[in-house]
Amino acid sequence: MNAVDFLTQMVRIAIPYLFAASGGVVAERAGIVSLTLEGFMLSGAFGAALGTHYSGSPLVGLLSGILCGLIFSLLHALATIRYRSDQVVTGIAINLLAIGVTRFFLKLAFDSSSNSPRVAGFGGNRAAAGFDNPLLWLGLLVAPAVAFLIYRTPYGLRVRAAGDHPEAAESVGVSVKRVRYMAVAISGVLAGLGGVYLALDQHQFTDQMTAGRGFIAISAVIFGRWNPIRAALACLLFAAAETLQIQLQGSHAIPSQFIEMIPYVLTIIALAGVVGRSVPPAALGKAAD
Amino acid sequence: MTAPLTAEEKPRRFAAPAWRERGEEALIPPFVALLVALICGDLLILSYGQSPLEVYRLLLEGTWGNAYGFGQVLYKATTLTFTGLAVSFGLRAGLFNIGGESQLAAGGFAAALAGLALPTGTPLVLALPLCIIAAGAAGGAVGAVPAYLKTRFGAHEVIVTIMLNFVVLAFLNWIIAAHLHVPETLHTPEIRAGALPRLSDMFTAFHGSAANLAMIVVLVVAAAVWFYLFRTSGGYALRAVGLQPDAAEYGGISVGRVWLKALTISGIIAGMGGINYVLGYKHYYEDGFASGAGFLGIAVALVGRNNPFGVVIAAFFFATLSQGGLAIHALVPKQMMDVLQGVVILAVAMSVPEVRRVLRGSRRRSDA
Repeated sequence: MNAVDFLTQMVRIAIPYLFAASGGVVAERAGIVSLTLEGFMLSGAFGAALGTHYSGSPLVGLLSGILCGLIFSLLHALATIRYRSDQVVTGIAINLLAIGVTRFFLKLAFDSSSNSPRVAGFGGNRAAAGFDNPLLWLGLLVAPAVAFLIYRTPYGLRVRAAGDHPEAAESVGVSVKRVRYMAVAISGVLAGLGGVYLALDQHQFTDQMTAGRGFIAISAVIFGRWNPIRAALACLLFAAAETLQIQLQGSHAIPSQFIEMIPYVLTIIALAGVVGRSVPPAALGKAAD
Repeated sequence: MTAPLTAEEKPRRFAAPAWRERGEEALIPPFVALLVALICGDLLILSYGQSPLEVYRLLLEGTWGNAYGFGQVLYKATTLTFTGLAVSFGLRAGLFNIGGESQLAAGGFAAALAGLALPTGTPLVLALPLCIIAAGAAGGAVGAVPAYLKTRFGAHEVIVTIMLNFVVLAFLNWIIAAHLHVPETLHTPEIRAGALPRLSDMFTAFHGSAANLAMIVVLVVAAAVWFYLFRTSGGYALRAVGLQPDAAEYGGISVGRVWLKALTISGIIAGMGGINYVLGYKHYYEDGFASGAGFLGIAVALVGRNNPFGVVIAAFFFATLSQGGLAIHALVPKQMMDVLQGVVILAVAMSVPEVRRVLRGSRRRSDA
């Protein structure tokens, strides 16, 4: 195994994490808990497979995947912002709903309870090893873009205010609810894109294909202390561990289960504050009036 | 969700009885959810070109309409009651235990280990308590980790329990895959002691269904939880912490200690749930047996409004949905029930604050 192979594989594994974690950073910085990333990704992946299958064009799949992520995120926003429902419970409901809805429509559209037929994807040139996929490049750019959005734009300032001091933001005329709606929608689109990448890269949708990736993304957000660049680095770190696990398969040096645990254990350690305290936005999870 | 019930209300001259107000606030959301679920269910059934009435008839027939289906509902409801009680116990103290999935698995694993370690022919009166203690201890150990991290470092229990799910499940997967499985499978050998009698041993009509005596155990646990929460000073302290931690601390309750106790006991209850599958059904631990029952416990606690008896009823409801999926599969894919589960949870979560707001608003108006 050489370093180039390792890096390319790592990047390809990291892309869905990068999309979803960047979305998670935006929503959480605005004060909305992002346990929903898993569901947004799953619906995005299904939308991509569905759209690509019926149109034959991955571009249409891309759009329908984004739309699916957006729909679920707006449902989450409506529940948590308009109806002030508990964000953790709603997040779990959204994830269960995404599993259920994709399963049901998988059965309805493709008459299968496990996977969709093979669909087209972007790129596909063997020599390019996945790097001729525009989504991959978009994925690499999304974290810097989100960092710019959060730290260098007026909207980003409002996002941070909505997450840390919603009352203060309201008192200077910022509609915290509107900022949060937008932030959750952004997280839905970005996490949906992560799902789109996943489905088009594997050329099909399979039941529960996100397999906990949304939770790894939320780990990266926490481990990266709610900073988009640090979260992206955490995504790369987790992807590196996963690549290592794949490369080590068969060698039995370390059981694969222990490498699987790395992101989660690191997140728990980060939360416990052993290596630099991980402090969430002050108003995270609290409904605004 | 555990906001004070009456703190923001002015004293009233002609107050409605408190139980009625609480009852309305507790019961309206599940009924709203049921209505929303029925409408969504109709739409899904129609999208599949079937008649809703016919599908609902099949659903009732396949769940409550025959002994086998009813037995399966009872079996599924037993595990869900354990995990639902676990979640609601934590919520009463204001803590969200999302670790039910791994606590349940760890409990089942420990029960299987205990059943394997005991000599063949150990009488059930001895084996059952030992297996239950093992299951509870394992679940409690998993629950104690987020409890300790919360009280010692202030780490949020939601994230820690979620992360711990993955860690514990991977660890159990490793033990089973690497050390303790029957070749070609992912389960342990059969336990030598502690197997619970099934309902079908007593009533032949239940033949083939997995319902077993674990459901008696869970009812005892539910009653014990109710007694602890509402009839002991410890339960009073726990609920006080759940409603207003700062006020409780001021009133002389050690909030940290209550949190530690609440999450650990929550883990113990979820862990004990493992006996239903391991001692009652398969007689071995199998990798992945929890398969969502831990997460569904959150839904059960939510719909059961954190009341032990409400939890029992809610578990019965969700078990019916799950078993009903199999019953209607000939007409509509059983995946429909996965959708409805999500719809019910979402609808309850959305209507709880709304119902509270509307009810209190109208009460306040009538006072003025």
